[in-house]
Amino acid sequence: MGPLLYSSHYGDFKMRGKRIDNFKRGIRVGIPIGLGYFAVSIALGIAARNAGFTPLQATVTSLLINASAGEYAGFSLVASGAGVLEVAIMELIANARYLLMSCSLSQKLSQSTPLKHRIGVGFYITDEIFGVSMAYPGELDPFFTYGAAAVASPCWGLGTLCGALLGSVLPLRVVSALSVGLYGMFLAIIIPPARRDRVIAGLVAVSFAASFAANSLPLLQHLSSGIKTIVLTVTISLAAAMLFPVKEAEEDE
Amino acid sequence: MNKYVYISAMALVTFLIRVLPLTLIRRKISNRTLRSFLYYVPYVTLAVMTFPAIMEATQVPWSGLISLICGIALAWSGAGLFPVSVACCAIVFVIELLLV
Repeated sequence: MGPLLYSSHYGDFKMRGKRIDNFKRGIRVGIPIGLGYFAVSIALGIAARNAGFTPLQATVTSLLINASAGEYAGFSLVASGAGVLEVAIMELIANARYLLMSCSLSQKLSQSTPLKHRIGVGFYITDEIFGVSMAYPGELDPFFTYGAAAVASPCWGLGTLCGALLGSVLPLRVVSALSVGLYGMFLAIIIPPARRDRVIAGLVAVSFAASFAANSLPLLQHLSSGIKTIVLTVTISLAAAMLFPVKEAEEDE
Repeated sequence: MNKYVYISAMALVTFLIRVLPLTLIRRKISNRTLRSFLYYVPYVTLAVMTFPAIMEATQVPWSGLISLICGIALAWSGAGLFPVSVACCAIVFVIELLLV
């Protein structure tokens, strides 16, 4: 019994060490995300203030919802005097892409991941945190996601607070420069696999072209950006899945 | 109406969207097409969100476009998340300093 007890404790100890390591790795990738979030959420804070939210209410919204498009759409609806049901439906549409991301992440977690960690990881699905979590090698350790969220989420709240308190006190130039930081991160996530895999490279090119076309075509122009993202993602990914089904080994990379 | 009613409604809808699939899909999906679909989703969705949005985020579209091209080149040559992100910001800042 003795040695067994000892070894199981030792296992716990190792597990905890690994979690702390992964949490720290998460914090490291969370820093650039946080910087970008701070910049982007300033604009949200300004929108919230215009919709009649106090700085505290704006910050609470950001900390609970963690979604730029969703919050922005919500604030503008509230500003226009919409009802609660309308706002709820808007959230469903603007954030529906997270449903897809959550499905993808379900395959990235170990099957034995407990409910609390599934809820925890789910709560922090944003475009960026999803991106870095999917780029994590092998099965995802929830503590990596928590590390990224521990930096990114406060930055998101803080930027919103600053925006709501100060309005546009930062020079436009700085906000403009910071706002592409998030796109830079997306590139760092999708380009290296595209270099290794010609199908992914082709998909990235097709996605760029289709997204550009959807923004220019008169019929599609009026769809909200959330809907456009979903329609394009589902169509292109499904076509790719049928044309280029993935072999088991590739997926585990 | 109280703003916290709106905030609660927004938070609840968003929470359910994010958490339901993760909590309901507990097994590895065995269907190959569905697996492939979910494998491709991140790349497609991040690409769709990046372009042309990056050109609309900046004061002038050109700075966004050049930042995109440089970001792709840097990521291609193996630069990590943070360097690519900072480089994209710096490029926009410098170009807009010259152009705007």
